[in-house]
Amino acid sequence: MTTLDRLSPGQRATITSLAAQGAERRRLMDLGFIPGVEIEVEMGNPLGDPRAFRLLGGVVALRREQAREIGIQVQPEETPTHVA
Amino acid sequence: MASPHPGTQLLQTAASLRGEFGAELNDRLMESYLEESARIASGAVSRTGQRARLSLDRTVDRILTSRTLGFPLMLLLLWGVFWLTIAGANVPSSMLASLTMDWGAPRLHALADLLQAPAWLSGFLIDGVYLAMAWVLSVMLPPMAIFFPLFTLLEDLGYLPRVAFNLDRLFQRAGAHGKQALTMMMGYGCNAAGVVSTRIIDSPRERLIAILTNNFSICNGRWPTLILMGTIFIGAMAPAGLSSVIASGSVVATCLLGIAFTLAVSAVLSRTWLRGEASTFSLELPPYRPPRVLQTLYTSVIDRTLIVLGRAMVMAAPAGAVIWLIGNIHIGGASIAAHLVSALGPLGWLMGLNGVILLAYIVAIPANEIIVPSILMLTLTATSLEPSLAGMASPGVMVEFEDATVHQVLTAGGWTMLTAVNLMLFALLHNPCSTTILTIWKETKSLRWTAAATLIPLALGFAVCTVTAAVARALGWV
Repeated sequence: MTTLDRLSPGQRATITSLAAQGAERRRLMDLGFIPGVEIEVEMGNPLGDPRAFRLLGGVVALRREQAREIGIQVQPEETPTHVA
Repeated sequence: MASPHPGTQLLQTAASLRGEFGAELNDRLMESYLEESARIASGAVSRTGQRARLSLDRTVDRILTSRTLGFPLMLLLLWGVFWLTIAGANVPSSMLASLTMDWGAPRLHALADLLQAPAWLSGFLIDGVYLAMAWVLSVMLPPMAIFFPLFTLLEDLGYLPRVAFNLDRLFQRAGAHGKQALTMMMGYGCNAAGVVSTRIIDSPRERLIAILTNNFSICNGRWPTLILMGTIFIGAMAPAGLSSVIASGSVVATCLLGIAFTLAVSAVLSRTWLRGEASTFSLELPPYRPPRVLQTLYTSVIDRTLIVLGRAMVMAAPAGAVIWLIGNIHIGGASIAAHLVSALGPLGWLMGLNGVILLAYIVAIPANEIIVPSILMLTLTATSLEPSLAGMASPGVMVEFEDATVHQVLTAGGWTMLTAVNLMLFALLHNPCSTTILTIWKETKSLRWTAAATLIPLALGFAVCTVTAAVARALGWV
């Protein structure tokens, strides 16, 4: 179990929890950040932050502090040579 | 005791159930919505060919937002858009100018003579109102008809959210909202529209920062001033083949300086007057869409070009009238314009500009579009020039010249490279036009913030121009 800000490019993960509360939690859920949803890093940024994630067929950019609010379970890689 | 209202009972039940299920309930509901909609979608939506599109999108995105190429590509696109605008607008602009001024104005005068209209009336209406509108039409229509479709095309492709994505870190450092990158881009079309677009920012603190800094986005009305100065003073120094590249480079540089001021002023505001928590940022990056060229042309010509142009013409008419009046009403042997120019002269000199430019900026408060024609007209009427040049226009008549003649007139009026560079700086850093000021008041309902939005850029303009003038003089460049 880790948080979304630590997901490396190329890894896939499943969302497990949301730490955000109130309006921000609502907004994240509207965008598809819901436990059970699969997610991966879509692209970085010339300046490092924010990063964009692919989920439910769409792409959403989040700043690091928000990605930290999202709990994930990293999936084992499809070619099982090493596990992050 | 009255029996409890059924609504009250319902709320009580809800509260007790909420205690029982906890905050989990909402999450469970969302999860089950998602499951159900995924089930429906998988049965009803076919996705042939989507994989290939997806991987192409991803490749393009990774290049446009990459560490090495992200910013250079942004600059290159910006440069390309301005270069196409500058290079492409030249010919249609001079065609429109010769149609409305060389061909149209004399015929209108002939018509006025035929109707035996008094000279003051035909002068006021034709040389004042009509020529001001004709100038705005010929100077603004061609660049806008090129710039807006190009910009709309980028918007349509889905590139602008990527720019906001690339720039977000800088805005975050400045304590500003990520969406400010988007409202800033709206400002490149029109600052009044940019100010209205700040409604997308929820936090009042960050919205005010976006409003107060929107004027650092160079609007439509100011591009012609920058393009003309860039072309006749800066581009002209470069070898002939490179001049339009260098000219568009100087416009891009001014634009980047505007972004630097946006970030710096945002940073200062978010640490002083408008201190507070930075709010969160999430931005959907829509997939790239093939641009619908015809629709883009239609919407950018109708919705943007014509509306902005219409506003400019409505504003130019009274301004043209005012210029004609102050150029033709004489007090104590000199026109009002001449008195004002000499009164503003010392301040203008301090700022590396001159009295004519400052007066033009006062006349042009309703619309930045008419800065350059006002400057040319006032230079010809209110300053003493060689007779050969002074003979080109009667007092208070807005004129259109070829670029080379403009350069000749301005140089004769005492202009140097410093004047041109400082005019570009002052075009970036001065008070918003009256429409924008009014919009800021409508959006904030606060005299204080409206005054701040007006005076901050103006004060910066005075300071920056005075410093560059002092430095240039100290180093003996002028």
